[in-house]
Amino acid sequence: MPLICRDCFFTDDLGESECPACGSRRVVAHAELGRLAIAHLDCDAFYAAVEQRDDPSLAGKPVLVGGRHRGVVAACSYEARRFGIHSAMPMFKALKLCPDAVVIRPDTAKYAEVGRDVRALMRAVTPLVEPISIDEAFLDLAGTERVHGGAPARTLARLARRIEDEVRITVSIGLSYNKFLAKVASNLDKPRGFAVIGRGEARSFLKNRPVGLLWGVGTQLRKRLEADGIAAIGQLRAYSEAELVARYGKIGHRLARFALGEDDRAVDPDAPRKSVSAEITLDADRADAGALKPVLWRLCEKVARRLKADRLAGRTVTLKLKTAGFRLRTRSRSLGEPTRTAETIFQTAVALLMREADGTMFRLIGVGVSNLAAADDADAGDLVDRIAPRRARIEDAIDAVRDRFGDDAIAKGRGLAGGPQRR
Amino acid sequence: MKLTIERADLLRSLGHVQSVVERRTTIPILSNVRLEAGDGRLAVTATDMDIAVVETVAAEATQDGATTAPAHMLYDIVRKLPEGAQVDAETGDDGGHLVLRSGQAEFSLPCQPAEEFPVMAEGEFSHSFALPAASLRRLIDKARFAISTEETRYYLNGIYLHAPDGEAVLRAAATDGHRLSRIDVPLPDGAAGMPGVIVPRKTVGEMRKLIDEYDGDVDVSLSESKVRFAFDQVVLTSKLIDGTFPDYSRVIPADNDKVMEIDGKVFAEVVDRVATISTEKTRSVKLSLSKGQLVVSANSPDSASAIEELAVDYDSAALEIGFNARYLLDVAGQVDGERILFAMADSASPTVVRDSGDADALYVLMPMRV
Repeated sequence: MPLICRDCFFTDDLGESECPACGSRRVVAHAELGRLAIAHLDCDAFYAAVEQRDDPSLAGKPVLVGGRHRGVVAACSYEARRFGIHSAMPMFKALKLCPDAVVIRPDTAKYAEVGRDVRALMRAVTPLVEPISIDEAFLDLAGTERVHGGAPARTLARLARRIEDEVRITVSIGLSYNKFLAKVASNLDKPRGFAVIGRGEARSFLKNRPVGLLWGVGTQLRKRLEADGIAAIGQLRAYSEAELVARYGKIGHRLARFALGEDDRAVDPDAPRKSVSAEITLDADRADAGALKPVLWRLCEKVARRLKADRLAGRTVTLKLKTAGFRLRTRSRSLGEPTRTAETIFQTAVALLMREADGTMFRLIGVGVSNLAAADDADAGDLVDRIAPRRARIEDAIDAVRDRFGDDAIAKGRGLAGGPQRR
Repeated sequence: MKLTIERADLLRSLGHVQSVVERRTTIPILSNVRLEAGDGRLAVTATDMDIAVVETVAAEATQDGATTAPAHMLYDIVRKLPEGAQVDAETGDDGGHLVLRSGQAEFSLPCQPAEEFPVMAEGEFSHSFALPAASLRRLIDKARFAISTEETRYYLNGIYLHAPDGEAVLRAAATDGHRLSRIDVPLPDGAAGMPGVIVPRKTVGEMRKLIDEYDGDVDVSLSESKVRFAFDQVVLTSKLIDGTFPDYSRVIPADNDKVMEIDGKVFAEVVDRVATISTEKTRSVKLSLSKGQLVVSANSPDSASAIEELAVDYDSAALEIGFNARYLLDVAGQVDGERILFAMADSASPTVVRDSGDADALYVLMPMRV
């Protein structure tokens, strides 16, 4: 079957497990290799990889990125995964599994920059890049054969190499004929992988996989499906689309199609972001609004900064709290007009916080903005709020100072008073 | 408690009070109405803890007493009884049920003790005055469309009722930030120096229903935290919104000199027609003015467009200004007179709208970018 060497990019029509040109065993061979064009690219252990790249002494060591005491593991190196550690695991648990792991505080600004570098390289091979998060994206390479002088599979192998050479991190690639399967594929051969799912084997591949693999099936829906005797994707095929919709609502359409390996969503480079948020696990559980407010303010500043970076504004502010008992509380409020200022986000979030500050101990606080709109439509003010534009200009001025003299050059007092400080 | 009452009387008073009762409430007794018989009358009370309405009707009480019963169920039962029927009501032997009999029909409803029904403390009222029902209707009708529903600025969720210094008027103002309505009626005796109060949206709606067909005076009593409206056999007491209404007078432009005058009905029809193609989300229309002419146009992102031209009285420099069509229609809907007047400054500043038939009404609209 057709084969591409991921080391020398040699292409052959007949091959199996070894490159006839360079002898490398890092080859991709698949009957449909020349015909598949939708890819999912995922950076391997992204935050940890960036840290290892920037500090050679970390190479080969178990590295955990996240808050030392009470946070969760945001990313862990493959060396750490051998101990059974995975991302989103509470840090104390991870350190129990591997006490010698190196813990590094996340430097989100740095990761954002590296993420942009990777994205730029992706965009160099196709304009149809749909970022899903800082370290993963879908690519549609249909029709790029002539430009790149080879099938999408070869272009992707070259892209992976270029990212390794220029950004010095590794990526894993999933190649298929739709987004759903491309995403499933990229997870099959991590790290530094390249996996292919073709039309020929899609259904048999999915048949015995757990339903949790399907996009949109979270813990709750998975439990419901399992309770109804549907644990494997293949079992969904016993039901018609109408039956699935009747039982599970709108998601039923997707379940029916995904179960057959079908997904007609296009790779959309302009897929709008739905929300911008920031959250933090507190150093110690807190009940007192006075201690939570400074933390909330700093989160609002972070969210506002991200909104401004993307020229976005949002109309709905959501406060997220996790109680000491790990119960999640989210409260939202919509504004009269979209905002991009930390001040307005904060005022709205504080009003929500005051209602929840009933003595409950909280371990995590977060704030998000959704219902996004272009920044041009934000903070225009209205008959009642005539100073909204001025508030926005003041923040722009503060941002300008920070851009020149650093983040600590200027700050509002409310971010300093009391509370656990974490930068 | 034991009484006999005309179905029509009971239906009317239940109809008046039951809309105050919330369909969903966490306090079960709030789903009930309180019934108290005595002195040849029945007093029916409903509350949601923010508003309380009491209506008294004639009834023949053979045994005084009080109880509470499910409001909506009681209302539906009485509604379905035949016209002209009489209703006998009595609390059962166990006191846990209210038994209703009418003709051959009998109903037994679970009830809860009247003592557990929350009573709203009225406190002291600092100001009282008699306001003709017609004036109150006017204040409500022409201001309520501008009330905000935004939770963040809760102090805009009602009508601001106040007696401005040095003007002999009782004034209602409401705004959601995009439009503002300011309505005056002659200042009643006793209202001078009253505190400015924000009457909540729900209270406004309930009051409007109650006085729909009433033509006498409404006795209004006020304190910093409560308002009471009393008329006929009805007393409505409501908490006020605890907040400061913004100093809106500063946003009413005094010297907008670009004035357009047009037949209000024709204008509304044109705006409505053109806005058909504008998207649900923005609903924006553009007004392009030049001497003697107005062009109303709209565009949608999926490239639909509409345009209509009409003659107007306009004698200033050419101007293009955009508005939310719904807001224009809301304001045009308030106009009683033949002509509607728009006084504009430029495409970004608030526009003043007036009614040729009502000098005591003023509206302000915030333009949109188009």
